Amino acid sequence: MKIAYFPGCSAESTARDMHASTIAVAKSLGIDLIEPEGWSCCGATAAHQTNPVLAAALPTANLLLAQQMKMDMVASCAACFNRLKSANHKVQSDSTMRKQVAEAVGQDYDGAVKVRHFLEVLFEDVGLDTIKAAIKRSLNGLKVACYYGCLMVRPHEVMNFDDPENPTSLDRLVEAMGGEALDWPHKVECCGGGLAMSRTDVVIKLTDGILQMAQNAGADCITVSCPMCQVNLDLRQKDIKKQMGRDYGMPIIYITQLLGLCLGNAPNDLGLDKLIVPPTNVIATMTQNG
Amino acid sequence: MTLQIKKGTSKKGLLAEIEKRTGVNLSACFQCKKCSSGCAVGDLVESPPSEIMRRLHLGAGDELLESDLIWTCASCETCSSRCPMGIDVAAVMDALRVLCLERSKAKVTPKVFNRAFLNSVKRHGRTYEMGMVTAYKFGTGAFMGDVDKFPMMLKKGKLSLLPSSGADKKTVKRIFKNLRQKKEGE
Repeated sequence: MKIAYFPGCSAESTARDMHASTIAVAKSLGIDLIEPEGWSCCGATAAHQTNPVLAAALPTANLLLAQQMKMDMVASCAACFNRLKSANHKVQSDSTMRKQVAEAVGQDYDGAVKVRHFLEVLFEDVGLDTIKAAIKRSLNGLKVACYYGCLMVRPHEVMNFDDPENPTSLDRLVEAMGGEALDWPHKVECCGGGLAMSRTDVVIKLTDGILQMAQNAGADCITVSCPMCQVNLDLRQKDIKKQMGRDYGMPIIYITQLLGLCLGNAPNDLGLDKLIVPPTNVIATMTQNG
Repeated sequence: MTLQIKKGTSKKGLLAEIEKRTGVNLSACFQCKKCSSGCAVGDLVESPPSEIMRRLHLGAGDELLESDLIWTCASCETCSSRCPMGIDVAAVMDALRVLCLERSKAKVTPKVFNRAFLNSVKRHGRTYEMGMVTAYKFGTGAFMGDVDKFPMMLKKGKLSLLPSSGADKKTVKRIFKNLRQKKEGE
């Protein structure tokens, strides 16, 4: 199956690992991801905090590329997924906005390109049974805290993804891989997202709360699907240790990295070396007898 | 929470302006405080979302743009998701930020960050972290923040020395130009 793939800017910097593991998993499962030529930034948090028309126009420029390709558009990054889908919602529900966006982009767009998250493609197009059948290595009972964050699930009227308060897609995938998806209360709490640089104090406080809760639940690792969540939770553990004396040593691993490992991809093809807290315990559990 | 109301400095409060910009009916809010209870940064700020809503009801003016929540809010949208009256509180926060950009010159760090981010997009079509971080540091004077992490991030390829060249820069530049012209024409 062919689908337009929107990597997003972080695929070229902080989330090369998310990008690499998405490509590897897609290849293993026969999904043909086609990167639209000339894709540009979705605008992220900065655009919608600055100008509502800009926030819809930047994703629209990219959705028009997918429309030309006559394909759905898939994103692996939760933030891009959110911005692309929000732009569709805006032009569909607000005719003034549609006009303003058309003036800015130079072309009218009706919001018709279907925007999907890579997880949705895995569930809907590939199916859990096919994934299960393709698994070569089990997670061997690895205890995983599935962390969804904000952007994939909120606002529900727009994202229409899973349950906004207690999503289970990642959990079901982890279980299909032979892991134990933990019941824990911080699945959809915020990590501080785009405040990573400008309000590091806020991010440290929020990530500390999430890490503490995952640790209390007995997690071996936290799995994520958003590059901002990944960086915040991974990078800030050092600061938390320094400022608060708590040393979590908690690997923060993309769901596509876990799945890639189970599908038999080599760790380096999945960018595992890019993680700041090394996922040593994950590999160790997976290579135990059985 | 003690709610202190300052008298608005502008003749007309911000209520009508915010409702116009967001299409949100703010009078539907009955102060159940579900937004504040779920707010990720609720206990870090003086004015949680329900207080902002109440102050708008009571005729607050531009002084509201100085509220600490505006630039501490991480746009997690928990408030909008949980509002029993379906009020898009996060959209109200966005509208307050836009008004703040239009009317206040205060150098708040997230404001400087957003500008650095968007300038990077305008220039390269995609974000270029090194350029963005440099602009942010010069904009805020916070030169030492996270410098300890740069060597590791470069080594792991989490930062690129050069900007990406793959984007259709023309289209992105046109979007920024058209929006600027429209703003100037108003």
